[in-house]
Amino acid sequence: MAHEHKLEIFRGLWKFKNNIQKIWGVLFFLTVVTAIEVVLGIYKPEVLMSPWINSFESGWFGSTMNVILSPFIYLKPLNLIFIVLTLVKAYYIAWDFMHLRDEKKGLRRAIVWTPVFLIGYLVFILLAEANYIYDIYSDGFVKWNF
Amino acid sequence: MDTTVTAGSEENVWSGGSNNKPLGASYGKMMMWFFIVSDALTFSGFIASYAFSRFKFADSWPIADEVFTHVPLFHGNYPMIYVAFMTFVLIMSSVTMVLAVDAGHKMKKNSVIWYMFFTIIGGAIFVGSQAWEWATFIKGDYGAVETKGGRILQFVKADTGERAALRDFATPLSEERTDHTSNKGIWFLGEKSLPSYSLNEVVNGFKSNSNILVRTENINEEGEKTLLTREESLKRLAGAKYVVEGANLIHNEYGSRLFADFFFFITGFHGFHVLSGVLINIIIFFNVILGTYERRGHYEMVEKVGLYWHFVDLVWVFVFTFFYLV
Repeated sequence: MAHEHKLEIFRGLWKFKNNIQKIWGVLFFLTVVTAIEVVLGIYKPEVLMSPWINSFESGWFGSTMNVILSPFIYLKPLNLIFIVLTLVKAYYIAWDFMHLRDEKKGLRRAIVWTPVFLIGYLVFILLAEANYIYDIYSDGFVKWNF
Repeated sequence: MDTTVTAGSEENVWSGGSNNKPLGASYGKMMMWFFIVSDALTFSGFIASYAFSRFKFADSWPIADEVFTHVPLFHGNYPMIYVAFMTFVLIMSSVTMVLAVDAGHKMKKNSVIWYMFFTIIGGAIFVGSQAWEWATFIKGDYGAVETKGGRILQFVKADTGERAALRDFATPLSEERTDHTSNKGIWFLGEKSLPSYSLNEVVNGFKSNSNILVRTENINEEGEKTLLTREESLKRLAGAKYVVEGANLIHNEYGSRLFADFFFFITGFHGFHVLSGVLINIIIFFNVILGTYERRGHYEMVEKVGLYWHFVDLVWVFVFTFFYLV
């Protein structure tokens, strides 16, 4: 059981005197992030409601760019912000509450990268397929089935 | 391997005979991480399949802000407020859990007891809130009508644009509807509970009240559900088949059937995790009081349940985003 704690967050921008202070600091940060999410979710600013980039013309280049920039082309910026903020929160919960920050690098990487690759892959294939089905429903002749 | 040392032997299996633990983690902690990683994959399977269905029905999916609008003891429309409160409660109980772990490192038994106690209370508040959310979701609010094709038609007041509940306009008819009982049927399988209004009552009420319009599931350019005109509304209502109030696994008044199914499965699976987390925390809480870990010389058990507890919090952060925000 390692008792030493790394007592700084934001890459050293915010340092703490002891572990308990760090916990309260992280709580403060997580609360602020949640509050931002809730306020954005209630007010839904107009600028964030439509994607910033239009999709490219089809063709090899256009399709590739559509895939690479898909978060900016197909997602509302508001939802993109929510997802990024969620990952930020997840990072601080795992790093400071589950004290991954104090674990060995090998353990940390085994824990983080395994799900990141697997979930990334799963999400990619499911969403690509779902998007295809959506197109079939909206452009094809299938109107509705369950 | 700190917890189950073979009696009288200096050899430590996990440590490979020395004190070098693999990856610097004890056996129990490593296994807890194994479990957490695999459980994270289970949850992501759930959430990814939710995303799949939502992408598939992207232009008719229910809008969460219009579904989860209730706060206990308050009337009115407060989207997200209560879920935000639940999120905060869970994060807060995560904090008391870290504080318990920290106190455990310093061998402060009484602090561990108190922090564990607050963690359990926070977990209980969260589970209770989730039960309330479920009850509200199942009971429903406005009621709707389902068509033969499985589409949900909701009702809106034309002048204010507010949602209209069935009770606002349905005209009670003196219809006879006898309950189906076992002595009247040859192959009796049971009778579903009847909705408060029959389809006829709703349709008649709609015809006599010109202020009511039908709202379909389809989302228009402005990101709102499409309203129909009176004529279109009547045309759509001709295809109506059931009155739906609230939600179950087959019908729900909010829109796509999959929406309610995923709501029940994902928040239910998470709620079950919280519930088991609370139970495990209670067991550890009593062990701390009894002095088990004091005698063992370390509080690593608290740290391990702490990992599980934070994981539950971590999952909620994602459920919150993908169910209530996005």
